[in-house]
Amino acid sequence: MSKPEIKLIDENGLRVDGRRLDELRPIKMEVGVLDKADGSAYIEHGRNRIIAAVYGPREAHPKHIALADRAVIKCRYHMAPFSVEERKSPAPSRRELELSKVIRESLETSVMSELYPRTSIDIFIEILQSDGGSRCAGITAASLALADAGIPLKEIVAACAVCKVDGKIALDPSDIEDKQGEADLPVAFMPKSGVITLIQMDGSLTEEEFNRALDIGIAACKKINEMQIEALKRKYVSVKEQAEDRHESQEASA
Amino acid sequence: MSTTPQLPPIGKIEQRGVADLLAKGRRIDERKLTDYRELKIETGLIQKADGSAMVHLGKTKVMTGIKIQLGQPFPDTPNQGVLTVNAELVPFASPTFEPGPPSETAIELARVVDRGIRESKAIALDALCVDPGKKVVVVFVDVYVLDHDGNLIDTSAISALAALLTSKMKRYEIKGEEVRTSDELVALPIKSEPVPVTAAKIDGHIIVDPCLEEELVMSSRLTVTTDRDGNICAMQKGGLGTFTDQEVRQAVRTAIEKGKEIREVIRGATVGR
Repeated sequence: MSKPEIKLIDENGLRVDGRRLDELRPIKMEVGVLDKADGSAYIEHGRNRIIAAVYGPREAHPKHIALADRAVIKCRYHMAPFSVEERKSPAPSRRELELSKVIRESLETSVMSELYPRTSIDIFIEILQSDGGSRCAGITAASLALADAGIPLKEIVAACAVCKVDGKIALDPSDIEDKQGEADLPVAFMPKSGVITLIQMDGSLTEEEFNRALDIGIAACKKINEMQIEALKRKYVSVKEQAEDRHESQEASA
Repeated sequence: MSTTPQLPPIGKIEQRGVADLLAKGRRIDERKLTDYRELKIETGLIQKADGSAMVHLGKTKVMTGIKIQLGQPFPDTPNQGVLTVNAELVPFASPTFEPGPPSETAIELARVVDRGIRESKAIALDALCVDPGKKVVVVFVDVYVLDHDGNLIDTSAISALAALLTSKMKRYEIKGEEVRTSDELVALPIKSEPVPVTAAKIDGHIIVDPCLEEELVMSSRLTVTTDRDGNICAMQKGGLGTFTDQEVRQAVRTAIEKGKEIREVIRGATVGR
């Protein structure tokens, strides 16, 4: 990490984008944005623009990866070439390969995969624009896509990162805070079970700072989880209403 | 794509065996829950490398070789040397390893070792600039897993650190347009000793330094790397299970304490070499 070139916190304790230390960026979620995929979701988290999609449970391919007692989960986290400042090669980088693994593990724990032996559930996350905390926003969207695909989940997984900027612990780093900050701590969490499904860290934190960062990260995941449930309701309540309207109009014409 | 791995089948009896013992506060190899296996460090075995270390953690064996060469800096850090970490799971180290392009396990291993060294600023990369924007010193850290009996992350990171601590490099000087090297060797400038401590969760119990048999039944692992000052510089969770926040905090505490002990062993094995 390079030395801070610009001040990340001003004299009023506000951040580059005017947020307080414990404030999330604006988040928008929409469920069911693709036609072909079995489940999908779109998220805008700050300037992150991400689509996640799920296919399955479907026949495992190649066949030898299938497991006799449960579904295999496949996951790909991928950044579009135009998602970052300098064009990124579309070939998966080592970073993307590592993130695909930790994201898969963080979501797999929420999926009741034992219900679908010998099948495969495939999760695709495309980062269309990246803005710090993209793995977390990707998990948030992918968990919605799994729910949209009708796959039984123990719980929806929510994720958010915490950072340290100008010596202070701050929630939900944006791009510049991620790059110039002194630490980054992405966390994925299932609020009802109260368990962490992903945790990574780089930078430098004291034990005390870490404990505080974990607290505000978990609190943020709870908030994001509520938004996820709202987003699911928005889609499925409207579907339910449409069905009821149609039913009523059919009855009226009969 | 990252795919759910096919784990070698492990009998329910073995699985229960490990868990039942843990319930009584014991482990299959008679260790306490927070005990490491015996740690042995040998350095300088590979004369053609600029630094090397063979580390045994119980029956797990990892060798790291360091190569230091002149190269180009990254465009965004023209005044800094370059650190490159790679990990090789040598096919004879485990019946489950196969030759071929690096698996996601190997990539994750290399990246977790890299993160510890990089984020603790263990190597003084600022001191490795020869000609800004043009020539810098590149440090290649190649981790070779030779025998896999569990806890590859800790063993690899310890061997990488021991190798770095005993690395020697030529002195590079810029004279006009050309770079001159001296035959006199100097130590690679090291500013911190990042040490990872990996905890594993089995049936609700948290242990450190899982051996292979324990890894096969663990639900998840959490690696916490601490630096010379006892600050946390890297973390990585793996596996399909979960941790409560209390378990994470406990793992951090343990990592700070155990890290100190392991750091002393590494210092003892590398000082003056």
